[in-house]
Amino acid sequence: MIPTNAPALTPLLFLFTGLLIPLAALKLKKLAYWLALAATALASAAALSNIFRVLDGRAIHYHFGGWPPPIGIEYVLDPLSAFVTSVINVIALIVLIHARRTVEADLPEGKRVPYYALVMLMMSGFNGIVMTGDFFNLYVFLEICSLALYGLVAVGDRKSPVAAFRYLVLGMIGGCFYLLGVGFMYMNSGSLNMADLKAILAVLGPRPGIIVALAFMLLGFGIKMALFPLHGWLPDAYTYAPTATSALMAPIGTKIGAYGLIRVLFFVFVLQFITQTVPVATVIAWLSAAAILYGSIQAMAQDELKRMLAFSSIAQVGYIGLGIGLANPWGLVGAVLHILNHGLMKACLFLVAGNFRMKLGHSRISRLDQEARRKMPWTTAAFTLAALSMIGLPPTVGFFSKWYLAWGAVRNKGWVFLAIILLSSLLNAVYFFRVVERFYLRPKQKGEEAGRTAAATSGRSEVTVSMLAPTLILAASLLVVGLLNAVLVQGILLKFLPPGLAALKP
Amino acid sequence: MNPQQVYSSLVPLWAVVVSLAAVLFILLSSRRPNLREFWTLAAGLAKFGLVLSLLPAALRGQTAAADLFEILPGVRLALRADPLGVLFALVASGLWILTSCYSIGYMRGLKEHKQTRYFAFFAVCLSATMGIAFAANLATFILFYEILTIATYPLIIHQETPEAVRAGRKYLAFTLSAGVLLVAAAVWTYQLTGGDLDFRRGGLLAGLPLAAGTAVPLFLLFLAGVGVKSSVMPLHSWLPTAMVAPTPVSALLHAVAVVKAGVFGLVRMAFFILGPELLRRFRLDTALLVLAVVTILLGSLLALRQDNLKRRLAYSTVSHLSYIVLAVGLLSGPALVAGLLHLAFHAVMKITLFFCAGALAVRLGRENVSELNGVGRVMPWTMAAFTLGAVGLCGLPPLAGFVSKWYLGAAAVAGGRPLLAGVLVLSGLLNAAYLFPIIQRAFFRRGEGLAGRKEASAWMVVPLFLTALLSLALGLYPNLFFDLAGRAAAGLFGSL
Repeated sequence: MIPTNAPALTPLLFLFTGLLIPLAALKLKKLAYWLALAATALASAAALSNIFRVLDGRAIHYHFGGWPPPIGIEYVLDPLSAFVTSVINVIALIVLIHARRTVEADLPEGKRVPYYALVMLMMSGFNGIVMTGDFFNLYVFLEICSLALYGLVAVGDRKSPVAAFRYLVLGMIGGCFYLLGVGFMYMNSGSLNMADLKAILAVLGPRPGIIVALAFMLLGFGIKMALFPLHGWLPDAYTYAPTATSALMAPIGTKIGAYGLIRVLFFVFVLQFITQTVPVATVIAWLSAAAILYGSIQAMAQDELKRMLAFSSIAQVGYIGLGIGLANPWGLVGAVLHILNHGLMKACLFLVAGNFRMKLGHSRISRLDQEARRKMPWTTAAFTLAALSMIGLPPTVGFFSKWYLAWGAVRNKGWVFLAIILLSSLLNAVYFFRVVERFYLRPKQKGEEAGRTAAATSGRSEVTVSMLAPTLILAASLLVVGLLNAVLVQGILLKFLPPGLAALKP
Repeated sequence: MNPQQVYSSLVPLWAVVVSLAAVLFILLSSRRPNLREFWTLAAGLAKFGLVLSLLPAALRGQTAAADLFEILPGVRLALRADPLGVLFALVASGLWILTSCYSIGYMRGLKEHKQTRYFAFFAVCLSATMGIAFAANLATFILFYEILTIATYPLIIHQETPEAVRAGRKYLAFTLSAGVLLVAAAVWTYQLTGGDLDFRRGGLLAGLPLAAGTAVPLFLLFLAGVGVKSSVMPLHSWLPTAMVAPTPVSALLHAVAVVKAGVFGLVRMAFFILGPELLRRFRLDTALLVLAVVTILLGSLLALRQDNLKRRLAYSTVSHLSYIVLAVGLLSGPALVAGLLHLAFHAVMKITLFFCAGALAVRLGRENVSELNGVGRVMPWTMAAFTLGAVGLCGLPPLAGFVSKWYLGAAAVAGGRPLLAGVLVLSGLLNAAYLFPIIQRAFFRRGEGLAGRKEASAWMVVPLFLTALLSLALGLYPNLFFDLAGRAAAGLFGSL
């Protein structure tokens, strides 16, 4: 029983919990958090065990209501979706453990229950997008998670409603583009099932209608993943959202768009179509290269830590986009591995920003100094490790993402892309080192001291265990996953490669 | 590496790990300085002992191998204690013990702050150096190379003055840039070989039909990658700036571990990745020779102009490292043997000079050459050691520097490039020109403000005198290193 409906379980679990939370909270408000945590823990366990179900490379299909595709909706658990759901659920679990205190600090009492309900809806959307094998169903989940996210952003500080509105407008446009793409696809092929479409498209060839459909879908996903120059909504949304939201959104949210891109490009269209007939892969690669440079340079100029991390996310999404755009096995492996790696790094960094806000009351770079380290030695150590990983030094995960992407670039003889990947590590070094140097070398600022009582400024005051442990677990995972990356790549990632790409493998 | 001569052993791994483990104990005993320094010394002795236990096999040409898990598809995290690696590891781990003793004297003498951080990162650096020495493939090499880059940084900025912070930034800018170029070269190699990064005698890429359009850029990437740490001009300028670090750091890391990791890397890249055949085919050896000659001469000339003693020694290091680059560029067995001898001998001599500079700074607070008048009268042991080291660096018999330089010159002549031997002679004269005036000032001029000053503490004088004696002893009995270097060079060029 369980194995066959495994693909549908996680989205439904979250959907159900999302509905259950407001009801349960009528009895006891505290229950909201624990229900959310339990659902995420359950989903993580299910997602991790799903990996072992598909290790032999075969997919598990689940037909909703017993209707066979292409008439009914199909959910597919293949190595790629198993991997991506594991990443998003496990990271969400770690972030949620951290979130209890920050949500208490950031939100008024009345908003906490709906907050966790929305988190569950968002997770339901994420899991649904990854699991579904149907383009229209994907749109439904895309809107579920987007709507939930607008709410999750809007409950942040003073400026967050504006940021949320901006996100709402752009997100809606993205959703509409995607829907238009789906419509065109249906008009021209008469199917919405991904596997079915693959077979139909192979016969149809490059019709104008199909090309238009592809373009619209890519635009839609491009906005959702904040691929330069469609990133406009991201910096404000990340900066002004509550700590918990930005820590959930940054590592996971944009990755869903990237996942959609991979599904459409490599699992529906054939390789020749996207690289030669309509060279969208090349366009994505160049846009991503621009994103890497733009995000990194903008990040250098930011004073607010969360905003710096937001721009850094734009650059890192560029890594993923570049891996996709290279359209070869190693680029794609690098891109998917970076979904995991960047998720871990960014989650860790946003948790650190949250810890600063909790204890120091701010996360402004220009106000950080040695005092921050003296108070919070573990948090700053986690930041330093994550920064080294962002720079891409071995044996942290960042190095290995860079390695596979660089390998993909060399394979395509894309020397410009190689140069940009490597230059990006140096740019990362500049803007992360700027912060790290303050922790360790910047003497305590005089002006700050006067504003506080002596008791508040002296002594160690690290955050509580429930916040520190997730931060440190993520930091440690940067080393562990880095050292084990060959296992991941050979065990899982090489198994999902679509047939066209697997043939190119050395 | 010949498979029959490889035996499985975890000793190389322990040699890497022992000082990493010590870091934990050092951090835990930060409140008890004596216990903390005990851990450093214990780790140093253990490490040296482990490397010594690898020595007999290495002298027979055997290689201890420790294979761990895969870190990239098809590439393992693997350590191989081949004769070349053992030579480097022996020098670095042996001198670490003496440097640790000296550090204790130095840091306590100056009542330095944050000594725990200092000793902890020192231990990390040594682990990374062992890893570089024993790396069996390019991925493992890069791993430890980057760890060394990062672990050296806290030592350079130790003083935390604005000058130190600037020096740290400059250091990172140079070394991180070099790191990414090395990664680029490694990725390219990985692609060319189809997923193989092993160091192989005669060159991993030797069998591949590479065009000039591939080989030359690849060589340049490798050269830039390891050239920064080996401070080949014009990539040298971080080294004199980094002299703001405490003197033991300059002594061990910036005369032995870090910079020698650079030239050691060059040897690995030239003979185990690219291969002498390939270098000769595209006349890349000439490029190396030109770079080396320019660096040797310019480095010496710049050293002449420095008044700050440590900066003068730093430029001297720049110039002497290029002796080894020159040896690599000659592409012959005897030259490589001479180069490896210089790798070991220069380490011993230069560390002596740095130790002396540190002793002068601690005891007299004098860091400039112009202030050293008459110091030989109050610190006779220190300055005697300095003299021995300086004579050795100039390449005069019977000190160690003579041996390596003589064989290098002989190899240059035998290789049909007698002009290079002339360069070595000229460089020897320049060495004398920037080192002997210091000795002359110390012993034959009358100084001021020296009344009542004494020799530095025994923690410092004993190590520096031991290294001075060692440079004499190695000049008289260089056989051990000769055999080891001979084993390391054997089989690289077909016939030796």
